[in-house]
Amino acid sequence: MREQPDVSTLEAAVKITDLMKTFDGKEFVVNGMSLTIPKGKITVIIGYSGTGKSVLLKHILGLFRPTSGSIEVLGQEITDMTEQQLTKLRHKYGMLFQYAALFDDMTAIENVCFPLLEHRRDIKRAEVLEIAERRLKESGLEEKHFHKLPNELSGGMRKRVGLARALALDPEILIYDEPTTGLDPILTEMVDNLIVSAHNLKPGTTSIIVSHDLFAALRIGDYLAMLDSGKLLLFGTAEDFLKTDIELVKKFVDKGVHK
Amino acid sequence: MDLLKTRERFNEYLDEIVVYFLKRAQRFINEVGDIFIFGVEAVKLFFSYPFRFHELVTHLEFAGNKSVFIICLTGLFTGMALSLQIYLGFKMVNATSLVGSTVALGITRELGPVLTGLIISARAGGAMAARLGSMRVSEQIDALEVMGVDPKQYLVSPRVIACAIATPLLCGLFDFLAIFGSYFLCIHLLEMDSATFFDHIRQWLEPRFIFEGLFKSAVFGLVFGVICTHRGYFTKGGAAGVGESTNQGVVTSMVMVIILDFFLSNLITIFYHAFKIGKVCANSPTSQHLRQQLRSPIS
Repeated sequence: MREQPDVSTLEAAVKITDLMKTFDGKEFVVNGMSLTIPKGKITVIIGYSGTGKSVLLKHILGLFRPTSGSIEVLGQEITDMTEQQLTKLRHKYGMLFQYAALFDDMTAIENVCFPLLEHRRDIKRAEVLEIAERRLKESGLEEKHFHKLPNELSGGMRKRVGLARALALDPEILIYDEPTTGLDPILTEMVDNLIVSAHNLKPGTTSIIVSHDLFAALRIGDYLAMLDSGKLLLFGTAEDFLKTDIELVKKFVDKGVHK
Repeated sequence: MDLLKTRERFNEYLDEIVVYFLKRAQRFINEVGDIFIFGVEAVKLFFSYPFRFHELVTHLEFAGNKSVFIICLTGLFTGMALSLQIYLGFKMVNATSLVGSTVALGITRELGPVLTGLIISARAGGAMAARLGSMRVSEQIDALEVMGVDPKQYLVSPRVIACAIATPLLCGLFDFLAIFGSYFLCIHLLEMDSATFFDHIRQWLEPRFIFEGLFKSAVFGLVFGVICTHRGYFTKGGAAGVGESTNQGVVTSMVMVIILDFFLSNLITIFYHAFKIGKVCANSPTSQHLRQQLRSPIS
């Protein structure tokens, strides 16, 4: 495991210390990982399949409890939080799932309205609609698609709706789970641009992206973290990744860049 | 020596068989416990803030309203089929005047709740398991959780409560239509006397028998609601997993409805004994007759 570069000057959005996770009591999926994700930056977590990226993400979201170690999110220790406390904390998250995970019995606009109706009971319905429309427009969805069901939308449109839904509550942390996996190059670029514009919408927003796509990671990530066997292999800027002498990272970078 | 080896091998096999069955039993007990806890939690969550009345109405419409036609059809024909069979049997002992009351008793106490439970668990329970299963595999349940919405409260509780409310209502409809079917067959096709038909029903069928059936169907609704949502909620794998959990949900629910019916019927009988069989109808000829008959096996 390598040392993380000095990000101490930056405030931490997520601070993970000695995280361990086993499901069967024998094999550790996350094996003593320490990682600091700086606030207000785009951090891309990369790695081969089965290296613990998704498990790490679920720990940050509080969906998994660690076997040992600590996770601090926005200065709060989440490992010993109750479900109610976690639910409250999750209001600060916005997440775009790999396949958008839109509710298939709701239209695009209803999907975006949903978190607002659940958590902002103080605002009127008209205002909710207004916010949802604004979010959908910011995500680049044309107005004619607002009242379509998810199965009537293309993959790219669904991602836009998913992003609009993630942005609905003005989250402090935006999380993307494999946002470009399975998309064509044009759509991939569109999603990358969306991520950057969503990140820049509100100053101080932290974006965490889990991806296989190294090219996109190098292009949009302020910081990159590469995992291997449940451990942090390298954390640094795009430059650090291109200059590294770690064999596994070099191999990943070579394949990613020359793809 | 050979005999010793054979004996050892036999013991090993025996051990394996015992361990296998013990493991199966342990898994079954664990699963029953899981489903029970899941059900208790779902009911508890329904009565906690934020209340999900809108979702409850939506699921009541799905489980109740949309099942009305199938319940009408099955109720009507069950009543007619049962009447015909009972008529053919009773004709041999010259007791055809009792067809209506026998059908009414059988339908309200047993067939109504059981058949309604089976039909609704297959129709609505299966659909609920499939819906939750597909939400699980397409990460929609994870999305709810990440949004800070309790998926059990939002998805499971209203469905379970809707099943518990809709099933007795549909059972009442089933009872009514089955008795109407019996009336239609007996009076219009078999040309029996209408006054005798109703007179015997009035004499034999007590309100508590109807309530007993409705109570049983409410329990069936609650149980299959919990089983089907549990199966759907914990679906694993892709489309195949959804199919499997739907299948398991429906099959387990149907078996449970039939098993529970037996135990509930006995419990209700014990309850009648303990409280001297309802005060309102305590002196009716049916009660006295039934009491005499039921007292002996239980006491």
